[in-house]
Order: sequence, then C-alpha cells, then structure tokens
Amino acid sequence: MARQILGRIPQLILTLLAVSFLTFMLLSLIPGDPVLSILGTDNITEEMIQQKREELGLNDPLPVRYASWLGDAVRGDFGRSQRTQQPVMDAIKERLPVTVEIGLLALTGALLITIPLGSYTAFRANGIADRVTTTVSFALRSVPGFVLALLMIYIFAVWLRLLPATGWTRLTVDPVRNLRSALMPALVLGLAEVTAYTRVLRSDMIATLQQDFIIMAKAKGLPNWRILFKHALRPSMFSLMTVVGLNIAALVGGALIVETIFALPGIGRLLVDSIYQRDLVMVQGVVLFIASSYVIVNFLVDTLYTVLDPRIRHGRA
Amino acid sequence: MAAPETLTTGSLAAPDPAGVPNEAEDGLENVAGSPRKRRKKRGVIFWLSVFWLLTILFCAITASWLPLPDEIQADVAGKLQRPGAEGHLLGTDGLGRDILARLVHGSRVSIIIGFASVGMGITAGCVLGMVVGYFRGWLERFVLFYIDVQLAYPFLVVLLALIAFVGQSLLIITMVFALLSIPLYTRVARANTLSVSQREYVMAARALGAKPARVIFREILPNVALPVLAFGLLAVGSIIVAEGTLSYLGLSVPQPTPTWGSMIAEGRRYLQDAPHVAAVPSLVMCLTVLSLTFVGDSLRALFDVRESGI
Repeated sequence: MARQILGRIPQLILTLLAVSFLTFMLLSLIPGDPVLSILGTDNITEEMIQQKREELGLNDPLPVRYASWLGDAVRGDFGRSQRTQQPVMDAIKERLPVTVEIGLLALTGALLITIPLGSYTAFRANGIADRVTTTVSFALRSVPGFVLALLMIYIFAVWLRLLPATGWTRLTVDPVRNLRSALMPALVLGLAEVTAYTRVLRSDMIATLQQDFIIMAKAKGLPNWRILFKHALRPSMFSLMTVVGLNIAALVGGALIVETIFALPGIGRLLVDSIYQRDLVMVQGVVLFIASSYVIVNFLVDTLYTVLDPRIRHGRA
Repeated sequence: MAAPETLTTGSLAAPDPAGVPNEAEDGLENVAGSPRKRRKKRGVIFWLSVFWLLTILFCAITASWLPLPDEIQADVAGKLQRPGAEGHLLGTDGLGRDILARLVHGSRVSIIIGFASVGMGITAGCVLGMVVGYFRGWLERFVLFYIDVQLAYPFLVVLLALIAFVGQSLLIITMVFALLSIPLYTRVARANTLSVSQREYVMAARALGAKPARVIFREILPNVALPVLAFGLLAVGSIIVAEGTLSYLGLSVPQPTPTWGSMIAEGRRYLQDAPHVAAVPSLVMCLTVLSLTFVGDSLRALFDVRESGI
C-alpha cells in the first residue's frame, strides 16, 4: 500500500509544477505591457517603468523568471500586493480561517443530511420520499448559487428577520454571533452539495442492498436501521467520497460567490476584490494557492480511498 | 488528478458529476422495469421545457424588433413599478427601466455565450478526443495530462482569473468558456472513440485501406457526436449559470448591456421594498437552466447506448 501511495507522488509533483507554470503564465496573458496595466497609465515616467520591470524581473528570460518565482513560491513568498504592499501569503493566512470554517460547516451539514436521506431513499427506492427528493434535488440543481443566496437573504433576513444579511463576527470574539453569520452561507454552499451527494449515495446504496450479505442480514431478522447503517453504508461510501473530494472545487467556487454576497472576509472575497482592484499579483498568488491546495486535497482523498477500500488496497479493483 | 476518470467528466461549475452512472434515472429504471416504459415519461414537462427554450431563443434573436420599451433609457419617475403596471408587464427596476425589455435583451448574452462557447468547445474537444483516442501514444498521454492539470483549477476560480487578466467582452468571455470546457468534451469523445474504434466496421474500413481522416470522420464521428451533443446541452445550462455568476459579480459583459446576472445584482438593493426586481430575472434564469437540464437529461438517456436497452 505504501508503495502505491509513494508511486503516485511523482505525478503529484508533476501536476503541481504544471499548475504553477500555468498560473505563472497568467501575467503574460495581459494584453500589452503588464507593467503599464499594473502601474496604470497616468503620470508615470520611463524610470518607474524600468524600476517596476526590474522589480518584477521582466527583463530576465522566461525560464529564469519562472524558476525564481517558483523558488519564492515554494518558500511561501507569493509576492506583495500592488495596492497595500501586504505580502500575499499574509493576506491569505488572514482570510483562510473564514473560508475553511464555512466550507467545513457546509460539508459536515451536507453529509449529515445526505447519509440518512440517501440511505432512506435507496431503501425505499421509488417510494414517495424518494420521488420527492429526486424532484426537489433536480430543481435545486438548476438554481444558481447566487440566486439561492438571495432567496435565503430574503427569507431569513428580510422576511423572518432571524439572521443577519451580511457581515462576519470572528469565532474568537463571539461564537454564537459567529455561528449566526456563518449559518446562511454554509446553508447555501451545503444545499448544492446535498443534491450531488444524495444521488451518488442513493445509487450506490441501491446496488449494495441487492447483495447477498444484505439478504442474509434480513434473514437473520436484523432491524432495518441496523442493516442500513451497520452493513450497507460502508461499502456504499466510495463514490460518495470521490465526489466529496472532487466537489471541493465546487465548494471553493461557491465560496467566491457566497463570501461576496454575504460580505465575509474569506479567500474567495479576497480573489474577487483583488480582481476589482486589478491587484494582479494578489490574484495570481490566490489562484496558485487555491489550485495547489485543491490538487493536494484530491491527492489525499485518493490516498484515503486506497487505505479504506481493501479491493484497491490489494490491487484487485 | 488520479481520480477515476468517469467521475470527473461533469465537474464543470455545477456540482453535477455527469459521469456518475446515471444516478437518479438509472436507479429508478432498474427498479421500475423495462426501458420501454421510459418513452411515456417524455411527457408534458419535456415539451414545456422545449417550448420555454424556443421562446427564449426567439426572444434572443428578435430582441431588437420586438415592440418593447427601450432597455437602457432610464426613467427615474417611474421606478420600481410592480409587475402588471401600465405599459410595463413585468414592472420596472431601480432606474425605471422596463424589466421585460431588459430580460429579452439580456437573453442574448446568455444564449450567445452559452451556445457559441459550447459549439466551439464541442468542435475542438471532439476532434481532439477522436484524434487522441484513435492514434493513442504519447500525444494521448500529453493531452490527458493537460486535462488533469486544467481540471486541477476550480472552474470558477480559473474563469475569474482569466477574465481578470484577459479582459471582458462578449467575444473574449465566449472564448474563455470554450477553452475551459474543451477538456470535458475531449474526455467524452475519447472514451467513446476508444469503445468504437475496436468495432468490426471500423476494422473493416481500415482493412479496406481507408485513411485515418476518413475512418475518424465517416466511421467514428457519427458514434461520438450524439453523446457529446446531449452532454453539450447540459453544459449550456452550466455555462449560463457561470455567466450569470460572472455578471452578478460585475465581471461579465460591461454595462449598460443588460444581462440576467447584472439584473439580479441590481435587484439585491431593493430586496426589501421591491423583491420582484431580483425575483423576475432569477425565475427566468432558473427556468431556462431547468429546461436545459431536463431536455439534456432526456436526450442523454435516449442516446446512451448502455441505457437504451440494446
């Protein structure tokens, strides 16, 4: 097993290198001179341009620039914001907890809903609850995240006046208010996940429930909940885990929207704000951070998969 | 990354891994019985969806000639009128602009970006997928690696980044969407090519001395086109959502061109007093995406060889 995991590390490194190279190349996509779009075109001198070129290393050939940029990035130096001069890494560190908190809350909530819902709809496939779930999640799939967020704001903030529409209180300042401000964003993020997860768990569970050992369990007279959660759940979880891993991308994408709409100081908002302010070094750094984290998380999920599934573990999948 | 590749096919924007073996429908059919029954299911809702899509398409094409108030001219005196007001069937927005007119004109952006980018993406992705699936070798490995790398970026993140660096215009945004969706079609096309290229008639064509180009376009393409097209219709829905998100964030086609997303964004300010400003475009957008998903899913079930009961 260790050999299998180690064997995938070169691929991981290769992917990370390619991701970093493409992200690095973003700056060269700017039409015209990147220095001009960074400095702006108002009252600048030739000297300033030259100085900025030197500072960004634009006078060196491409491979040299990439190598030095990558060397810095590996050591955690993603450059400095052009507007505030704050190091990009500091800005990311400052905002990461918010995004992670919302993401984890959404993920936990989604799984807490999915596991009973998916199991039950599979157990009573084609029953009323199943049909309702299928229809509702089909409809939910068509609702864009930002529309769902506005709907939540309308229901919970404008109409019922239960939750704050925007804003953020740090967990360390006041846990209750923190939860209140995190609830709606997490709900918006989580609902989209529930529809995807439930479909996957349900179809895997239907397959599992037709296996002999389930019939055996039924014959022994075990109660239904025990059959579902003790016997059928674990072998039905593998596709779900893969989808959870892959959907982290969707969560990050959702975080962009949700953090912007609910005015939360997270990474997604940092990216969107930097784009508004044309702080391109910051954009580049945040994109690199998000993409490499996503690659690494997916690698870990794949590894976990290997550890959990004996069929893959022994190479007989 | 190294995830089972069938699972990654649909990770485009919407959390909808289309490759997961036809979740809902599949399970339902297994339980409900023979595939012939499904033919009946393509009933009222399917045709309502088709009708809605045709209406939107009609609006997008004829927007300039329809007898509607001007979609850009502000009229502050008549702002925030409710739906059903005199001369404004769906009411007016915060600047007194007619919502119906803006919806109709806004449909252009969604429809053009949605269909044009999917068209371009499908063409490029199909050719690429068929070529690498047919010839295999190092080119295939390189393309697959590139796909893995591109899918390593969360869709919305790379979309925003590209738009930030390259700029925003209808053409550029369409191109960016096309570029970003090529890997998905390449995967579907390649998978289908792999299964088709070992069939007897392809072997026969090759044995008769047909050139690779002929084999690919005459023998393989007909078998690859339908599944990719059905998948494409679902992709149009995802891209309309993604474009809506971009314009909600103010990063799509710049003002004053109306887009559904920017209309919803404007409506947010009036959520308290005039919720219809946000609700009407939201509803239109959801219905459009729902219809696309529904029609796309039905067509996919129809074209899916595995499912069609052969």
